[in-house]
Amino acid sequence: MTTFGVLQFPGSCDERDALLACERVGDARLVWHRDSSLDGIDVVVIPGGFSYGDYLRAGAIARFSPAMEAVADFAAAGGPVLGICNGFQVLCEAGMLPGALLPNAGLRFVCRQVELEVVGTRTPFTSSLDEGSRLSIPVKHMSGRYFAPPKTLDELEANDQVVFRYAGANPNGSERDIAGVCNAEGNVCGLMPHPEHAVDALTGSADGLQLFEAVARTGELRYSVAS
Amino acid sequence: MKARVLIRPKEGLLDPQGKAVERALPALGFDGISHVRVGRLVELEAEDGARLEELCEKLLANPLIEDFEVLRDQ
Repeated sequence: MTTFGVLQFPGSCDERDALLACERVGDARLVWHRDSSLDGIDVVVIPGGFSYGDYLRAGAIARFSPAMEAVADFAAAGGPVLGICNGFQVLCEAGMLPGALLPNAGLRFVCRQVELEVVGTRTPFTSSLDEGSRLSIPVKHMSGRYFAPPKTLDELEANDQVVFRYAGANPNGSERDIAGVCNAEGNVCGLMPHPEHAVDALTGSADGLQLFEAVARTGELRYSVAS
Repeated sequence: MKARVLIRPKEGLLDPQGKAVERALPALGFDGISHVRVGRLVELEAEDGARLEELCEKLLANPLIEDFEVLRDQ
């Protein structure tokens, strides 16, 4: 069974929902920010919140934690890493994903359900999703405006590194409606919307569960090859 | 040594904070103010000022979206 590790920083606030989402498809445990070991963990999830108060810039300080150093090694070895909202900001600040997340163009905190288009299916989190399919998932953030220089954006599109786009109204002014990207290798993925908040029809949508199911499935494939 | 670091949003980058401040000014009777940009000022004391630029690039500023300037006070 796939074991998920969900990072917890001082100021994280979505780690419990992330844990619950992971537990629907595998085992999961929290990894405290001072822990530098990811032993036994197959997939890392960096949840939303306001790590270290988001002082200086969102995600800027969390990248220096022992847990993030371990995540950098884990990712370099090909381990799947999903950054959600603040987790996406942390991955960008750490240089593990291209670009940056700026304050929303409308200067308001946005909290609403959005339509996402699945653009890239080469990440372990989207490998079992159909390209062009739509997901209904909530966003809730103050700094979600994806930015990268035009040349970088062109490269991301050419290299199939754009994973999600806002299909309806762009909630934050993100460049080219980008809601999520991955690294060049495809194993590190970040997005502003919260798939962990959309895993049960009771709360409006279970579409987010597909990301967790997809990565759990790649884990199972890996184990069947190994055994 | 004491130093101040000025951090600004890169030129050409939409600065919603600056825009919000700019739009509030006429209501207070301050006309003719434009191009407001809001950045950050970091004051610090360093035993050795040689690595301040490196420190800025690694933490205080994100060079992708911000420019910084180190002012060393004597």
